[in-house]
Amino acid sequence: MESLLQSFLGDNLLTLVLYCALPLVFIILYELLAILGEVKISAFMQDRLGPMRTGPYGIIQPIADVLKLIQKEDITPKNADKFLFNLAPYLSFMAAYAAFAVVPFSSQYVGANLNLGAFYLLAIGSLNVAAIMMAGWASNNKYSLYGAMRGVAQIVSYEVPAAMMLVIVVIFVGSLNLQDIIVAQSGPIWNWIVFGGPKADVMLPSGQLFEASWINLVYLPFFLAAAVMYYITALAETNRTPFDIPEAESELVSGYHTEYSGMKFAMFFMSEYANMFLVSAVTAILFFGGWNSPFGTYVGELVNVQWLVPVEQFLWFAFKGLFFVFVIIWLRWTLPRLRVDQLMYMCWKVLIPFSFAIALIVGFLVVVL
Amino acid sequence: MSGYFKDIYDGIATAMVGMKITWGHLFTKSVTIQYPDVKHDIPERVRNRLYVNMDDCIGCDQCAKVCPVNCITIETAKSLPTEDLGETSTGNKKKLWVTKFDIDIGKCCYCGLCVFPCPTYCIFMTDVFEFSEYKREDLIYKFATLTEEEAAEKTANAVRQKQEQEEKKKAALEAKKKAEEESKAAEKQKPETGENEGADQKAPTT
Repeated sequence: MESLLQSFLGDNLLTLVLYCALPLVFIILYELLAILGEVKISAFMQDRLGPMRTGPYGIIQPIADVLKLIQKEDITPKNADKFLFNLAPYLSFMAAYAAFAVVPFSSQYVGANLNLGAFYLLAIGSLNVAAIMMAGWASNNKYSLYGAMRGVAQIVSYEVPAAMMLVIVVIFVGSLNLQDIIVAQSGPIWNWIVFGGPKADVMLPSGQLFEASWINLVYLPFFLAAAVMYYITALAETNRTPFDIPEAESELVSGYHTEYSGMKFAMFFMSEYANMFLVSAVTAILFFGGWNSPFGTYVGELVNVQWLVPVEQFLWFAFKGLFFVFVIIWLRWTLPRLRVDQLMYMCWKVLIPFSFAIALIVGFLVVVL
Repeated sequence: MSGYFKDIYDGIATAMVGMKITWGHLFTKSVTIQYPDVKHDIPERVRNRLYVNMDDCIGCDQCAKVCPVNCITIETAKSLPTEDLGETSTGNKKKLWVTKFDIDIGKCCYCGLCVFPCPTYCIFMTDVFEFSEYKREDLIYKFATLTEEEAAEKTANAVRQKQEQEEKKKAALEAKKKAEEESKAAEKQKPETGENEGADQKAPTT
């Protein structure tokens, strides 16, 4: 991808900026879709129709929403800490966007092919906590502060099991590079890690040979449980229902972004939706084969059109990510919000013991097999 | 310990049950009615906007009298004997010009009491329920069919007719009174004269 852009524009700063901005284009398009999806899916699940007036079946509703947000007055409360208050929304979105740097959209496009991709993902994911705390404290509002405190407690707690899930996959594949993890799952659907990982030897992009055989089926129950648990922690880290206690509009107005309006609110909103796709994409990468086709082959390979293969990979990746985003929305309109103590119980007494147990078993199996 | 695992199992199982329910509703037909485009069927005997069929109104004022909130104002004028107002569809003879028939729908409480006393069934409630206005004055419905000039003319006619009749009556009364007085006077005259005569007769005697 980078070489393609370079061949068009030459090797200069513009090429680099364009290369970095590609995920942003994707995020913005995805967000328009997700806003519409959220309102429409919630409406259908409640036997309503949702927005129907803006365009046919309300399909340009997200554009109307964006236009409205742009027109809104940008309010900074008088007693807020102005610098931090104004900085927080941008930091929040920056944290979400920065994580996209290591997300491989296809075998040909990854912002930065870091060898420490998985580690970077964990590290940058924690930056969002700083933004939430900044927003809550700088607002000088009790609801914002409560929301921020809850948000920080929740995200910091849930990072432990999330990291353990990542560690489980990293132990198994033997690489922190996300492209390596995806390539290890290449081939048909049963090679995905959620189904016990590859069943034949794979050559990883880092040059390392990943030895595997059908005996990997013993991992299946552990990876299945790990996938479900990672998804639950991911929900908690994005502050989505049933873990939306930092926002909790029925008790805390809307938590840490109570005082925000206009585009600054929109930045938090974008950051939430970008994070939603990020965790969905990471779930897909770690357990569901990333950009791999579930059939093990691509239409581009069958008809011998090489440029079609990365496009297909991107489509598979987007499809998997959007599917998990759909499940997040589905869960939001199904489950009620947890209490704070239930949330902490679930994290420290259920997810963490189970994740450590699975990590120990997988580690043991990797050594033995 | 078994309670711990049971809680986990229950948590997952009940979440699945909930997701199954919402999944089912995802494909259920929506209950939304696209209101301004599509409307609910309204029950047969709804009480909404009042309407008066002025062709049948005889100006009897019964609806205005029964109205608990006084939202109906009726003014009438008697027709001249030369004018024929025709009959209502129920066969009642129309004798009054209805010069004013205002209903302040903003005051109306939709009790429907005005509908029952109407002898010609000309005031009734319709199923129209969308009649919001920007000004309160626009909620006063004027049902009178006569123009203002016509109404003024009819009122003047009625007043004049009344005056004429009163004058006639007065004249008749006066004529009667006069006649009575005359006859009285005539009657009085006789005994007076008799008395006078008597006096006259007496006078010489005294």
